[in-house]
Amino acid sequence: MNINATLIGESIAFFFFVFFTMKYVWPQINNAIEARQKQIEEGLAASEQAEQDLELAKKEATKKLKEAKSEAAAIIEQAKKREALIIEEAAGKARSESEKILAQGQAELEAERNRARAELRQQVAALAVAGAEKIIARSIDAKAQADILDQLVEEL
Amino acid sequence: MAANGDTLTSQSYIQHHLTNAKACFTDEGLSFNYACSDAGFWTWHIDTLAWSIFLGLVFILSFRSVAKKATTGVPGKFQCAVEMLVEFVGKSVKDTYHGSSKLIAPLSLTIFMWVFLLNCMDWIPVDWIGTLSSLIAGESWQTIESGQSHVYNKIVPTTDLNMTFGLSFGVFALMIYYAIKIKGVGGFLKELYAHPFNTPWLYWFNLILETIALVAKPISLALRLFGNLYAAELIFILIATIGLYQLPVHFVWAAFHLLVIPLQAFIFMMLTIVYLSMMSEKH
Repeated sequence: MNINATLIGESIAFFFFVFFTMKYVWPQINNAIEARQKQIEEGLAASEQAEQDLELAKKEATKKLKEAKSEAAAIIEQAKKREALIIEEAAGKARSESEKILAQGQAELEAERNRARAELRQQVAALAVAGAEKIIARSIDAKAQADILDQLVEEL
Repeated sequence: MAANGDTLTSQSYIQHHLTNAKACFTDEGLSFNYACSDAGFWTWHIDTLAWSIFLGLVFILSFRSVAKKATTGVPGKFQCAVEMLVEFVGKSVKDTYHGSSKLIAPLSLTIFMWVFLLNCMDWIPVDWIGTLSSLIAGESWQTIESGQSHVYNKIVPTTDLNMTFGLSFGVFALMIYYAIKIKGVGGFLKELYAHPFNTPWLYWFNLILETIALVAKPISLALRLFGNLYAAELIFILIATIGLYQLPVHFVWAAFHLLVIPLQAFIFMMLTIVYLSMMSEKH
């Protein structure tokens, strides 16, 4: 085997390459790798957090929806009750109104009838008196028989 | 091309492929290959040096381009691949090395990527770049085909002991540095002589044992990688000598190296981390 000066040359080259790698290659690449690892780690953590948040939000939404539904049901229930109440109230009012109108009509009718009757009575009395005057004009004094006529009128 | 050469024998073909391109300084100045046979230690394997530095630059520059543009946002595909490697190495280091160090992780990444790229040269068919080099050097096709080429280019740096020992000695230096930095010179020496038998009259034995154990680490580290890749390359070369049938065989052997090449890079990296972690721990 021939060991010779090449050995020295190779050793120098070896140390040069090691030095260069240590100074200008390894740190930069290793730093980049570590920085990226950190980024990925953070990204994963963030995505996990987001997933949890989403889960939470979903639960919240479901809860809210349930609440809203039950609230709506309660409102509808209330509205139904109210409706029934209003209808009943309105019906009662209408009934009483109609009764009132009816009573008023009847009263008016009654009054009209009374008036007409009184008028008729007067007219009949006058007619009777006129008739009787004409009949008995020749025979009797009207004034003398007035008490009988008044009696008649009263009976009508 | 080996089968029908007149002067080309399998032996010289293999020899040619396992010879490094050499450079050295002689009395006549800068010389190459055969002129360097007497240069001894001060010979440089220029192919090993050139390919390993080129591949090292490919590694640091491509990773640097990612590091410069590294964003924390959505990464591109290349950035993703680089980050996967960085994370893989970082995890291996974290699992094995329990101290805190700014060096271990980038060191491991450098070792893994560099050794991997060096090993990857094994996949390039053994004659391609050698032949291309000879052609560029101006040799004729006849010269190359008959095995007379004088241009050498061994493209897999990890089949050169200088490469693997260069790496493992670098790791060894760091091991000593960490041991002394964390335990102090005294603590480091104490581990050499007061372990495993903590009785004064056996200190000499401990010292021999522990020194061998310590020195064996970088040697085994270097020889393991070298042995695996040298054997792999040798078999690739042998396959290349069997003529037309080399195609399916070469394919199978190359496919097998989908396993071997990254595995050897990984083993080298892991053992580096383990050794450094052993040296940083107090017993």
